[in-house]
Amino acid sequence: MAPEKELVKLIGFWASPFVLSVRWALKLKGIEYEYQEENLLKKSPLLLQYNPVYKKVPVLLHNGKPLLESLFIIEYIDETWKHNPLLPQDPFERAKSRFWAKFAHEKCIGPMIKAFFKIGEEQEKCVKEACEHLKILESGLEEGKRFFGGETIGFVDIAVAWMGCWARIVEEVLNVKLIDEEKMPRLIAWFKNVVEVPMLKECMPPTQKLLEHNIRFRKLLVAAAERHQSSPLTGP
Amino acid sequence: MAEELKLFRTWSSPFALRVVHALKIKGLEYETIFEDLSSKSASLLQYNPVNKKVPVLVHNGKAICESLVILEYIDETWKQCPLLPRDPYEKAKARFWAKFGDEKLFSSIGNVLISQGKEQEEAIAAAVQNLKLIEEQLQEKKFFGGETIGYLDIAFGWTANLISILEEIMDLKLVDEEKFPVLSAWMHNFSDDPVIKQCWPPRDKLVVKFQAMRESHLKTVLSQ
Repeated sequence: MAPEKELVKLIGFWASPFVLSVRWALKLKGIEYEYQEENLLKKSPLLLQYNPVYKKVPVLLHNGKPLLESLFIIEYIDETWKHNPLLPQDPFERAKSRFWAKFAHEKCIGPMIKAFFKIGEEQEKCVKEACEHLKILESGLEEGKRFFGGETIGFVDIAVAWMGCWARIVEEVLNVKLIDEEKMPRLIAWFKNVVEVPMLKECMPPTQKLLEHNIRFRKLLVAAAERHQSSPLTGP
Repeated sequence: MAEELKLFRTWSSPFALRVVHALKIKGLEYETIFEDLSSKSASLLQYNPVNKKVPVLVHNGKAICESLVILEYIDETWKQCPLLPRDPYEKAKARFWAKFGDEKLFSSIGNVLISQGKEQEEAIAAAVQNLKLIEEQLQEKKFFGGETIGYLDIAFGWTANLISILEEIMDLKLVDEEKFPVLSAWMHNFSDDPVIKQCWPPRDKLVVKFQAMRESHLKTVLSQ
């Protein structure tokens, strides 16, 4: 029986790694979708309608129903299109995957993003926190496995492994060190294994463009801080 | 084979309480290990080396951490009395609101506890706004899960327990029955459920704990 025409639309932003991870999931499942690029400085009525709480991308629309938060969107995709499973079947392995994806998002990516909005001592604190947690993240990777779960790409890989590329950009823009080649070899190898997968590589935004975008973005943040007394850059 | 099920918790952790609720609803037998977080046991550090926190559920020697992750594990392992909706879209919505509860609502309620004067007024306004968003999710239902308690009820359960305690300590009203008719009704229904009722930590102990927390924070602010 031929499936009904599924209407899948992704509202995204080209430089967002969270949008990228959803694109990866859609790609791995071979799902056709329409893409709408957002101007984050002038958000569309559609975005504000479907994500009134956070007003953020990605938003996945499936037959008109909005899915929010990249990790939950990826799980939704996995549960709705059951071929090429992204999460393991075993509940304990699933719990491990959810745990590490959550840890990476909250404890590694969170401080990395925060560092971008900070200067001086506050920034140093965020960078230190991110580094410590990256080391812990590495401890969650099992020796000898190409991807998080083994030989097949899965949930944690697409939810997290883009972090290697973005960390390098943060390092360059802020002139800080996040990823230590000597201290985190397994982490670096894992990042590489994932982003080198051809199907995923072709979705990556161009590194130079990404770098220029983030340099501009950082300049905007610094300029805003210099104009105003209190801002995310100078506040606690 | 006998199941070995152990829960590491503290007497007051609302996150650990979620796991207690889930285990009770599923009718599961388990051993409780009460932790003193100022002096963590070797077992806790072994089972949760990453965060070193409670709750940790140990099932046949395998440790699962993070309360919301544990809830999903319990629901997927023991299929009676399902907690999460079956429909993937409803499931995604439940996960979204549980995360909102932990990230936005929890901290906004906490901010009310640790502030006073104008700062507290602003904190209250923010908390009320977040509570309104939660209430909207209930619509006309008895529970977030529908007719029976589910994942999102358990995830929000701490509000039914702790908000009234904070209101008592600070002599103010956050969840007014007139302004929050649906949420108030839910809090009563949830708290009165026989399974949930038997698990609440001692109220007087919680009052003392949060009173102390408030005083300590305000003292710190004053001394800065």
